[in-house]
Amino acid sequence: MNNIRKNRIKDQVFKFWGIACTFLGLILLMIFIGSIIVDGVQRIDWSFITSLPSRKAERAGIYTALMGSVWILIFTTIIALPLGIAAAIYLEEYAKESKLASLLEVNISNLAGVPSIIYGLLGLEVFVRIMEMGASVLAGSFTLALLILPIVIVSTRESIKAVPKSIRDASFALGASKWQTVSQQLLPASFGGILTGIILALSRAVGETAPLIVIGALAYVPFAPESPMDEFSVLPIQIFNWISRPQHGFETNAAAAIIVLLLITFIMNGIAVYFRNRWQSKLK
Amino acid sequence: MKENKDTIDKSLKRKHKLQTKDVKVFYDDFMAIKGIDMNIRANKITAFIGPSGCGKSTFLRLFNRMNDYIDGFRMEGEILIDGENIYKKKVNVEQLRKQVGMVFQKPNPFPKSIYENVAYGLKIQGIKDKSYLKDKVEDSLKQVGLWNEVKEDINKSALALSGGQQQRLCIARTLAVEPSIILMDEPTSALDPISTAKIEELIYELKEKYTIVIVTHNMQQAGRISDYTAFFYMGELIEYDKSKKLFTNPEKKQTENYITGRFG
Repeated sequence: MNNIRKNRIKDQVFKFWGIACTFLGLILLMIFIGSIIVDGVQRIDWSFITSLPSRKAERAGIYTALMGSVWILIFTTIIALPLGIAAAIYLEEYAKESKLASLLEVNISNLAGVPSIIYGLLGLEVFVRIMEMGASVLAGSFTLALLILPIVIVSTRESIKAVPKSIRDASFALGASKWQTVSQQLLPASFGGILTGIILALSRAVGETAPLIVIGALAYVPFAPESPMDEFSVLPIQIFNWISRPQHGFETNAAAAIIVLLLITFIMNGIAVYFRNRWQSKLK
Repeated sequence: MKENKDTIDKSLKRKHKLQTKDVKVFYDDFMAIKGIDMNIRANKITAFIGPSGCGKSTFLRLFNRMNDYIDGFRMEGEILIDGENIYKKKVNVEQLRKQVGMVFQKPNPFPKSIYENVAYGLKIQGIKDKSYLKDKVEDSLKQVGLWNEVKEDINKSALALSGGQQQRLCIARTLAVEPSIILMDEPTSALDPISTAKIEELIYELKEKYTIVIVTHNMQQAGRISDYTAFFYMGELIEYDKSKKLFTNPEKKQTENYITGRFG
């Protein structure tokens, strides 16, 4: 009897502790977003988005940084997508039980934990210097692609794993080869999940600052990139740059740019959630 | 004299579609099948019965090599289809599976359209001719009596069908590849009685063209549709006879106990 009471009390205590913890995070986020919106929302208008950077806070816009982020996103996707999916298919379907596979697996999870600035150093050495790409969109994209590769691999593997075994069985039983089963059944069936993982990974990439600063992305670029070999800036670097200026006007600019950046990540996450739900309902 | 022996061999081959010779299966150190010799006749329905874990499903899956990818799986002995050992090194497993179709316990249509489900087995063989595929899909669906029910919805998702329809679709999908043997692993255990009756009727019709081996937990089902029945217990083939004989007058005490419901 006594024990049951004790357990019940423990249960209640934990429940409230859990609620408090959950709300702590939420409230902090709300305060943060709220204060940013108060600071920056009046600064956002069409000209803020389409203007080039300027030394005068009220004339400066995020156009080059925004375009830089878009370019980086596109090329990061082009690089990370085939690499990540191919690696995931190999690990999940072909290499399953080998020693090599488990070695690779451990290393991939380790890679996911490496601080992003280390990726920046790697990118600086390999892409910028050895491969002579310079501080270009391409070098930045390769660096960020490496950064999100572990996430893409892990989430793709999870999605492939989630395809019911019965689908595999059915395909094999009809005389399909492994590759046919992978390409015509497993990938289409796990497409939504793979997409979700990639979007989430990209929404991380779009917020990365450190590795891009290390490879030499500029805080001030007068023009939006026009080719993958062009120099670039990205939104987080622009924000970082504005915040470190003494004039008050740039602080407002920074807040406004943060709102834009947050909007981009929220929209990307929203799309990811949408695909995940649709995909789950499709598989029942 | 020799000629005579050849013709006897040939007729035996015709009669015995599938032969197993001292087949043993191991999962690591565990012996799941303990040396089974068995001849399965062409154009008959052979039922495998026995309690759960007796090895009947494992044994069935040997015939299209679906156990190959299971960890620790190892097999000894020979399995002959039309006199050819299907576990020889040179055997093309994909080719074998086109010849030996399989229907699973739970209906497992692909999350694609009805048409794509049936056409899949042909498409992966490289057949692209649209009109041929269309005819073949229609033909296969007609064989399982599904055509009239789905002909309007052929491009709709197969997952929208009922369980019984899905299972008939899975059979149609198997038929489209034109196998000579169809393996069925408890094909009605997930279905309601009406769907079950339809599938049983279908299986009965199919034996004209195909050799059918069916695993079932349902003794009445085995009695109703099968020509031969094999009773497995603990990885051994205890008794194998004409169904009529096995269900009315079994030789072995174990068989009798099982079919009368005294265990299992």
